Amino acid sequence: MSMAPPVTRLIGEELTLDRGGRRVLADLSFTAEAGVALVVTGPNGAGKSTLLRLIAGLLRPVAGRLAVDGGDPELALPQHCHYFGHQDALKPQLTVGENLAFWRAFFGVADAEVYAALDRVGLARLIDLPAAYLSAGQRRRLAFARLLVTKRPIWLLDEPTSALDAASEARLLEIVGEHLDGGGLVVAATHLALPFARMDGLRLGPATVGAAA
Amino acid sequence: MSALLALFAREWRLAVRVGGGALMGALFFLIVVTVVPFGVGPDLNLLARIGPAILWIGALLATLLSLDRLFQVDRDDGGLDLILMGETPLELVILVKCLAHWAATGLPLVVASPLLAIFMNMEPIAIGATTLTLLVGTPALTFTGAIGAALTVTLKRGGLLLAILVLPLTVPVMIFGVSSATAVLYGNMPFSTPFSILAALGLFAMVLGPVAGAAALRHSGE
Repeated sequence: MSMAPPVTRLIGEELTLDRGGRRVLADLSFTAEAGVALVVTGPNGAGKSTLLRLIAGLLRPVAGRLAVDGGDPELALPQHCHYFGHQDALKPQLTVGENLAFWRAFFGVADAEVYAALDRVGLARLIDLPAAYLSAGQRRRLAFARLLVTKRPIWLLDEPTSALDAASEARLLEIVGEHLDGGGLVVAATHLALPFARMDGLRLGPATVGAAA
Repeated sequence: MSALLALFAREWRLAVRVGGGALMGALFFLIVVTVVPFGVGPDLNLLARIGPAILWIGALLATLLSLDRLFQVDRDDGGLDLILMGETPLELVILVKCLAHWAATGLPLVVASPLLAIFMNMEPIAIGATTLTLLVGTPALTFTGAIGAALTVTLKRGGLLLAILVLPLTVPVMIFGVSSATAVLYGNMPFSTPFSILAALGLFAMVLGPVAGAAALRHSGE
């Protein structure tokens, strides 16, 4: 990944997607630029999470296309992305350190030590505790640490600050800010106001037609 | 490669730690085989004759019972999404998950089978043959069962459906597994003939299971 040109832009063109026979996204186009957070807002059921899962390659559009400028030509779009969804992908039987070490090894490129990443999210002293004993907020922070151990340029954040206290939220936003400063891309779905230094808005309504960034 | 090694290590740890169910399969196998003589009655010759078949049916049920959570746990906690986004091909992920599952739950069945064969009054040569066929045949059961586990991954109580889907597919493995073991006893055919077909079925399942399972899992999110 280090040899590949950096990803400068993520483009969605006229994306249309159906879920359960219902049209969730219709002709949606957007552009996310490196260094600028694209904040997706809208009421419940507007398709925020669906859009992120679409970018992550977990859902397929009926029509339209997704493309990146730059990046490793050998890899598909989902392999450029980190998906931080509602689920934490943690195994309660494994310790905090084992959970994170697994994802670090599985994603192939190890860019940070497990301890350093845990320290960043304030969980370093719990490294040997089984994940079953973590609180909801601690689970979120451990899941977020996954984004730090392997570098991927596009971060897809689905309600990233849910279940976090004020201090943890500030720390998370600081890490996201650093990712943006380093030329990373962020697409965040939220219904709260997230204070990013540079951000674009993408509002999804119940009937989304041609909303653009 | 390190991704696959890490996956194998994780699956192994999950299987042997509390709630993992690695030993549950072996215990279930023990119970099933122990119950049969109570039903059949104390006819030692009959037990010796049906012994290989009972061991095979016990191993089949024990394998299927432990397979329903193979992918479901990962789907429920969101890990499957991340696995799909990884650079490792899904087919290899399934292959490694199956190998780890077999090492944790299939291999103990093979190890326990000589002891249980004594319960069934089997002759030493039949014990050796049955253990060998189980060693070669249980991976085929795991890989075939992985297809069912992938197909039923979205169902909350998919265990029973998994058994219904997979049991017919395991019939060839059963037939050639049991006939290799009885070939030694009666000498009506060479051991190597059904045994080679059993080994071939195992290799076939090793390819088909991951490919078919990956196709099913890719569509599970839709």
